[in-house]
Amino acid sequence: MSIRDWPIRRKLTAILLLISGLVLLLTSAAFVTYQVVTFRQTMRNNLAIRARILAANSTAALAFANEADARELLDALKYDPHMVAAALYDRNGRVLATYPAAPTDDRIPAAPQADGYRFEGGRLVGFTPVAQGGNQRLGTLYLASDTKAVSDALRLSGIIAIVVLAIALLAAYALAAGLQGRISAPILALAETATAASTRQDYSLRAPKFGEDELGTLTDAFNQMLGRIEEQKKELQHHAMRLEQRVAERTRELEKRAAELLAANSELDAFAYSVSHDLRAPLRSIDGFSQVLLEDYGAQLDDAGRDSLHRVRAASQRMATLIDDLLKLARVTRTEMRTERVDLSGLARDIVGEIQRTTPDRQVDFAIAPGLEAEGDTQLLRVVLDNLLRNGWKYTGKQPQPRVEFTAMDENGDRVFVIKDNGAGFDMTYADKLFGVFQRLHSSAEFEGTGVGLATVRRIINRHGGRIWAEGVVDQGATFYFTL
Amino acid sequence: MNPGKILLVEDNPDDVALTLRALKSHNITNDVVVAQDGVQAIDFLFGAKDRAAAAELPAVVLLDLKLPKVNGMEVLQRIRSEERTRLLPVVILTSSDEERDIIDGYSLGANSYVRKPVDFVEFTKAAQQLGLYWLLMNRAPPPPEVPDLRGRGASHPHNRGRSTGR
Repeated sequence: MSIRDWPIRRKLTAILLLISGLVLLLTSAAFVTYQVVTFRQTMRNNLAIRARILAANSTAALAFANEADARELLDALKYDPHMVAAALYDRNGRVLATYPAAPTDDRIPAAPQADGYRFEGGRLVGFTPVAQGGNQRLGTLYLASDTKAVSDALRLSGIIAIVVLAIALLAAYALAAGLQGRISAPILALAETATAASTRQDYSLRAPKFGEDELGTLTDAFNQMLGRIEEQKKELQHHAMRLEQRVAERTRELEKRAAELLAANSELDAFAYSVSHDLRAPLRSIDGFSQVLLEDYGAQLDDAGRDSLHRVRAASQRMATLIDDLLKLARVTRTEMRTERVDLSGLARDIVGEIQRTTPDRQVDFAIAPGLEAEGDTQLLRVVLDNLLRNGWKYTGKQPQPRVEFTAMDENGDRVFVIKDNGAGFDMTYADKLFGVFQRLHSSAEFEGTGVGLATVRRIINRHGGRIWAEGVVDQGATFYFTL
Repeated sequence: MNPGKILLVEDNPDDVALTLRALKSHNITNDVVVAQDGVQAIDFLFGAKDRAAAAELPAVVLLDLKLPKVNGMEVLQRIRSEERTRLLPVVILTSSDEERDIIDGYSLGANSYVRKPVDFVEFTKAAQQLGLYWLLMNRAPPPPEVPDLRGRGASHPHNRGRSTGR
């Protein structure tokens, strides 16, 4: 685990230990260094004093070059176990006496060097002038002491420093472990609360507060945030509940409406069925018995009488056509839609073929664009095209060069189908009446019709989710546009 | 040629009169029997109480659909369900051209479905053509054998024995 991923407790403890360890280490080092420096100073001073005393005592021996006295003087140094070597030089720099009496190595320099004391090769060595009175120099004293005392002192202070360091570090660890909780506890509590809130989605939890410091502020802010989330959640739940209630209400309403609609539909069904059976029967009687009158008693009637009967028959037949057209319109609403890909061009060609077969006496130029297709119910779309193409055929009846076109164009991404003729057209003032039931813009004398066809067409287009509209100019033609 | 009768099942007296007139005006002289509702039609075909009273079967039945008491579809159903009249030609002759009626009629075994035109000239033509076709051109099914119900029932005694033999 990298230091970055350590738990915050360990990080805090480690930081505290590191800082206190470093401080202790520096302090101990300073202590030891001070000890060593002072000790060496003291040692050199002591040696210098001793040297001066010894030099003062050896003036006589040097003045008279008394070797035996000199040796005896130096021999007294044996009581100091740290003294390693000593020598007395005469005025000319020759060795008069040494300590020990017979030196085993070259510890004694052959000639005196500059006065003064210094540490050299693990020893403290020094030369002191031997003089009588003010300035008459008689010779030089050489002293060499080992530095074991220094290393002993160094070892002792080192041990003391290490022991103090260890104790201090232990104390620091104990303190750090105890005190880091002051900082880590609020953070840990905050982290725990945050984890619990997010995993259990329980926003009623609150983090405990330990003080008024920055962590306290953080805890307060966090708790406030939880409070707001809780409120918002409650509000959201409230809204969701109300929404659900409303959906349920709406569903009930819709179900009621659907039931009503179903009832209305079946009523309409029964009505249409009844119309289909019962409304036509009296018409048959009216037409039939008028014909019977014409056949059996025609001779006894004058022209006006016969004309009246013909009118009765024409009216009843017209009424029958109206009933049939109304039933078709009702059927368009009632039949179930089966949506599929419909070849409109093919349908239109079939219808035109039928028109031309049944009315060979009229020549109308039908232009049908190839490959027109749409999604829809084939039967219903056939009714649409049949009505619109027959309308084109019908209203071009008085045109010397009648022409009906079926094409398509794209407008704002929608496929718009267009059926255009150059026939009687209509006045745009009445365009809104074009698609109403029983609404006609021409008299029956001008053009035959019941005024149901375009209403049927619009109903089918609406059922397909499309739109239909028309443009026309009197005597120049009409154009019908529809989308599916 | 075919001395068969026409059974006209029609409740509207005007329609009866007009149909009769249309048929007569084209010299279709066959007897036309009129039943004014479904019950009368069934009585005529199957006898009021028992089979023995049933009249000779007609060559064709011209059947209206909307009838009092028992409607046309029920009459057709009854005709097709009885052995004696199973193959009897039935032409539905009615006002309606509701898709549902046409499908139901053929599903129940009607031989033809003709809508009565309002235009009497057309109506007369239709009646004439129906008469000519069903009485003169069409070959009627052979008269059914009189079934001996008692004998047939006794000829399969093992059916009962097998079902109780276990």
